[in-house]
Amino acid sequence: MPPVSEPAERHTLSLLVDNEPGVLARIVGLFSGRGYNIDSLTVSEVSHDSRRSRITVVTTGAPMIIEQIKSQLDRLVPVHRVVDLTVEGRALERELALIKVRGKGELRREALLIADSFRARTVDTTLESFVFEITGKPDKIDQFVSLLEPLGLVEVSRTGVAAIGRGPEPM
Amino acid sequence: MMREMTGAEMVMQALIDQGVEHMFGYPGGAVLPIYDAMFHQNQVRHVLVRHEQGAVHMAEGYARSSGKVGVVLVTSGPGATNAVTGLTDALLDSIPVVCITGQVPTHLIGSDAFQECDTVGITRPCTKHNYLVRDVNDLARVMHEAFYVAQSGRPGPVVVDIPKDVQFAKGMYVGPENIQHRTYQPRLKGDPEKIRQAVELMAGAKRPIFYTGGGVINSGPEASRLLREFARLTGYPVTSTLMGLGAYPASDRQWLGMLGMHGTYEANMAMHDCDVMVCVGARFDDRITGRVDAFSPGSTKIHIDIDPSSINKNIKIDIPIIGDVKHVIEDILTVWCSMKAEPDRQALAGWWRQIDGWRARRSLSFQPGDRIIKPQQAVKALYNAVKDKDVYITTEVGQHQMWAAQHFHFEEPNRWMTSGGLGTMGYGLPAAIGVQVAHPGSLVIDIAGEASIQMCLQELSTALQFNLPVKIFVLNNEYMGMVRQWQDLLHGGRYSHSYSESLPDFVKLAEAYGGKGIRCADPAKLDGAIQEMLNTDGPVLFDCIVDQKENCLPMIPSGKPHNEMILPDHPEALDDAISEEGKMLV
Repeated sequence: MPPVSEPAERHTLSLLVDNEPGVLARIVGLFSGRGYNIDSLTVSEVSHDSRRSRITVVTTGAPMIIEQIKSQLDRLVPVHRVVDLTVEGRALERELALIKVRGKGELRREALLIADSFRARTVDTTLESFVFEITGKPDKIDQFVSLLEPLGLVEVSRTGVAAIGRGPEPM
Repeated sequence: MMREMTGAEMVMQALIDQGVEHMFGYPGGAVLPIYDAMFHQNQVRHVLVRHEQGAVHMAEGYARSSGKVGVVLVTSGPGATNAVTGLTDALLDSIPVVCITGQVPTHLIGSDAFQECDTVGITRPCTKHNYLVRDVNDLARVMHEAFYVAQSGRPGPVVVDIPKDVQFAKGMYVGPENIQHRTYQPRLKGDPEKIRQAVELMAGAKRPIFYTGGGVINSGPEASRLLREFARLTGYPVTSTLMGLGAYPASDRQWLGMLGMHGTYEANMAMHDCDVMVCVGARFDDRITGRVDAFSPGSTKIHIDIDPSSINKNIKIDIPIIGDVKHVIEDILTVWCSMKAEPDRQALAGWWRQIDGWRARRSLSFQPGDRIIKPQQAVKALYNAVKDKDVYITTEVGQHQMWAAQHFHFEEPNRWMTSGGLGTMGYGLPAAIGVQVAHPGSLVIDIAGEASIQMCLQELSTALQFNLPVKIFVLNNEYMGMVRQWQDLLHGGRYSHSYSESLPDFVKLAEAYGGKGIRCADPAKLDGAIQEMLNTDGPVLFDCIVDQKENCLPMIPSGKPHNEMILPDHPEALDDAISEEGKMLV
């Protein structure tokens, strides 16, 4: 049992893995089996030739737990690399969200104004609804969603965080 | 070598090319093609088990006593699910096993077909890695990779799930020489800078200790030899976990005995009071540490382990060295000699005086019975009777396991197989059979309890069929003794379902299988009865009737630190030893 006194930290991890059946189940199973948190998870193939996928996991835990998570992930046979972007520092984090708002009259105009100031795009329009597309850091999206809440927010679909380090070097 | 053959033939060819001589298995619908391919060759001998759990434990015993990979072959569905306990056992104790499972044909996967289960899904968390082979042209590569993964780095079990149509399909076989794993390349050599720091720290130690574990055994006999060399060079005391027994000779003066919950007083006190702890291939398991926030509070800790996830998992480490024990100790020895490092002889003499004081408490002492056999007395008598022989010991799980660890002494590695991490009752008999297959001329004894032995007893039939003369030495106290002991400790002596009701007549049972049964309840006749067992050529089930009330001591009660052990001269301390918080722990 690690000391509970250490406060939890939020870390963004980037994993390069073989895109083979079951690899995501291995990673998700590791988190659930060992009681770690997943705040956000994104996965997609990034190299079709070498069949590599990149997974971005955002997790929270005490420093000792974060260290455990990284070494446990690194131990999985199809995992090539584990990089802690939070430790590397200043990484870019982006998330995309599609947000549906329903309303008429003044509420509708207000929603459009807010969308505009957040540089969200309107990707679907009916006489009584909009779907906005917004890209940004997770907290920007949080803020956008909370502003739309009183204006007829219907549903939200978020991709989860994709992240990459700054500068010329790869992970 | 590239050759066209069927999937089933590829499996056999891969086993042959990997140098496999023995495998343990049980046929069924989804592996019949592999059994047919086996029929056409003579290089790999198959041991037919009676239950798939037994097959995996046999493979574990085979692997641990020989240093080779244990191989298992079972069918789909129940064949695979029955193997799960053994696979988990092998994962927790880091034993290299390759388990081949049959699967329903590819087009039926997901249809709830007869004897279908999601084998890779079920075994994902209990294997080091697993594969479902959907294309026969991947099969040879996967087979070779499975052997590589099972025995490289920290060893573990690997499952290869092969649908029946893939076993029939034809494809190109490739030999192991053409296979290199793309990503999995564990690091063997330790970081030289860390090794230099470790040597400096060790050389300046006033109260050092080596805390060694199963990693030393897994690293091979050379690792044990190097550990001995380094320990003698320094004169530092050595203790070991349950899994590491035999890596350091028990007859040596520097040996403190096993540490942990049922370890010796001197080992635990030395761990608590040391100033430099050198952990070699062990993982600070909860049986070892006791209360973590009071674990060895004043020491600087060095941890040598091949698995980075073992570092800082439970205990904060000051100098981690990632690498294989053999390579790391070798480098430590080189650096130690080149730096002309010398231990602090004066401080060390004082440390040994303190340790000898703890030793004088004689924490493993017991009163031998003259009317009833004490379980410790039985293990001791067995040890004295066989210690000069070429002997391998396995155990089941419970009090008898701890008494065996305390009172049977090992001089060499790979001689002691026990289920440490998972604590699997039923491990000992099949493990003994696996050991006997690897060492047909040696004496193999399963030290058992009357409850555990009934969990895989059916394998006695396997022992008879294959002329494997294993000896089963049952300490029969008519209780699930460790459960009873904990009910004494935690639940006011209310023995809820821990009495071994309706026990079979073990002598008749052995005879029913075609083996020999011996019963002994008289201390005066014990040595003679053990001799009779040893003089018997075939398998023997020895029913040793022992004291029902004996508790396994010394003991660190759960939730307590190392320096609050209960010793056999004050057993009454057991009564209120465990706090409310400690009761939550296992």
